[in-house]
Amino acid sequence: MTKEGSSFLAVNDLVVEYTSEGSVIHAVNGVSFSLDRGKTFGLVGETGAGKTSIAKSILRILPDPPAKIRRGEIILDGEDLLKLEEKAMRKIRGRKVSMIFQDPMTALNPIMKVGKQIAEVIKLHNKVTNKQADAEAARMLELVGIPADRFNEFPHQFSGGMKQRVIIAMALACKPELLLADEPTTALDVTIQAQVLEMINKLKRDLDTSMIMISHNLGVVAEICDDLAVIYAGEVLELGSKEAIFDRAAHPYTRGLFAAVPTLDEEKDRLMPISGLPPDPSNLPSGCHFHPRCPLADEACKHEKIALREIERGHYCRCVKVSAMES
Amino acid sequence: MSALVEVKNLKKYFETPRGMLHAVDDVSFAIESGKTMGIVGESGCGKSTLGRVIIHLLDSTDGQIFFEGKDITRANTRQLRKLRENMKIIFQDPYSSLNPRLTVEQTIIEPLIISKKYSSRACSAEAERLMALVGIDQRLRMAYPHELDGGRRQRVGIARALALNPRFIVCDEPVSALDVSIQAQVLNLLQDLQEQYQLTYMFVTHDLSVVRHISDDICVMYLGVLVETCESKELFRHPLHPYTQALISAVPTIDIHHKKQRVILEGEITSPINPKPGCRFKKRCIYHTEQCDAPQQLEEILPNHFVACCRVKEINQLQAL
Repeated sequence: MTKEGSSFLAVNDLVVEYTSEGSVIHAVNGVSFSLDRGKTFGLVGETGAGKTSIAKSILRILPDPPAKIRRGEIILDGEDLLKLEEKAMRKIRGRKVSMIFQDPMTALNPIMKVGKQIAEVIKLHNKVTNKQADAEAARMLELVGIPADRFNEFPHQFSGGMKQRVIIAMALACKPELLLADEPTTALDVTIQAQVLEMINKLKRDLDTSMIMISHNLGVVAEICDDLAVIYAGEVLELGSKEAIFDRAAHPYTRGLFAAVPTLDEEKDRLMPISGLPPDPSNLPSGCHFHPRCPLADEACKHEKIALREIERGHYCRCVKVSAMES
Repeated sequence: MSALVEVKNLKKYFETPRGMLHAVDDVSFAIESGKTMGIVGESGCGKSTLGRVIIHLLDSTDGQIFFEGKDITRANTRQLRKLRENMKIIFQDPYSSLNPRLTVEQTIIEPLIISKKYSSRACSAEAERLMALVGIDQRLRMAYPHELDGGRRQRVGIARALALNPRFIVCDEPVSALDVSIQAQVLNLLQDLQEQYQLTYMFVTHDLSVVRHISDDICVMYLGVLVETCESKELFRHPLHPYTQALISAVPTIDIHHKKQRVILEGEITSPINPKPGCRFKKRCIYHTEQCDAPQQLEEILPNHFVACCRVKEINQLQAL
């Protein structure tokens, strides 16, 4: 899927492994996708699928050891981030690419005023005086809907939703071109989640930021993404536009996910769970990694390595049982 | 059908350095035998506290709790011992709710040993039966919690809750910590067990999709107060309280073709410490007026559909019942 070279971000054949006590954990196994400027790309999957490892690879903040990027390219704006010196990478982090972490309760420094925490990022990346940085930080607080007079308060004085807004303000402080959002609303209540999603959507439009949204929640992805990839055992199982995947899900795993979640949109007498458990990443099943849980699997699926195939324009699926769609 | 569990004007206050925290404030409802009552609300609304007060893990401040028609509010230790065989709880976090030093079998049979009704042989047999019932492989009998994944741990928690054949189980966010594919397995298991043993559930959750799927009736709570209660289907078809409406509209939908009309709530969340007598949702409510400073009563607005909002008829353009 390394399509036209024009895309803003292209991740090509990324492989990440963790080594612990002699065993190798295959966290990311040849993931490729691309993202155009101003668009939002979703990474969907369950715990341990490798979503966060992909995002951390882009920022190169994986703990090494135990993690190691074995192979691949991460081309941002024509430049391979994996080839950059650490010093050059530092200039990119926070400025060109920044990340919103999942848990707002632990991502802030508890003994530093929230305004100062935002100003710190601004000062690090721009030649500004303390005063200018503080003023800009106050403006960022207002932007995410927090009155600037709360600049001098500490994180414990903020609710969960407000802490997450501070983190978003911090991530956006240097107007990054790419924002990595790792389950940014999972720790929040639904009414607060709705506020935060609406705010992210608005800021993205206003600042023309590109974004990668990591989530296990199909509803959140449907709200915010243009394209998405379904990740399972460190591989892309299905990739395409939001319309392709929500209207014409092809891979048995993707279809299984839709059948397994209760929704407010339709009544289901009984949920259809995906049988079995997610695989052990240090001992992945042979052939298709999903075959032990797949209702369609046969002998061939256990042995063959299965490639990602285009089943309709721009819609890719890694399954031999799925035939191409007629357009 | 008669009510298995009923609470009347139940209150639970906690003393804090800043004053009285009204965690559960004047809540009344009944759960019919064999049914599932969903308790839904956001963090801090008192839904977990409510479950714990009902099964006497916490003492109530005021009000009454009935089980099988008997007032159990002031049950003494001996009576509680008996009651607790019939009232169990499944906790949210299967990682912290199991004793790390007990094996699967020990965890499951601990309640049996405490009841003194089972010989050690009967205990083993019962453990085997319960493990089969919840779908845990017998080879995991001697496994410790850290060797199990979240879904299996939650099954152990369910097996332990089922020991001694209870009639009533409080399920406190039992699937929130689980991945979606595993969540469906556990929800189906709970439904199967209910059917097989006519269990009565009180299902506490923040997840509206889950609560709609599993509940017969639903109570919506906001900062310790019951704001709306009715049948599950009715609640999602005709939510009447402004908070319920905002809550339902806030859930992200997977229907990508029909954009939902969304109510985005603004305003501060009222503190549950020494709250004023009026509506607790007032500060975030788009319909609030001075009327809302008066105490709100839960009233039957439509048949079997109760709402605590003085402006509910106006807002929803309803005629008086």
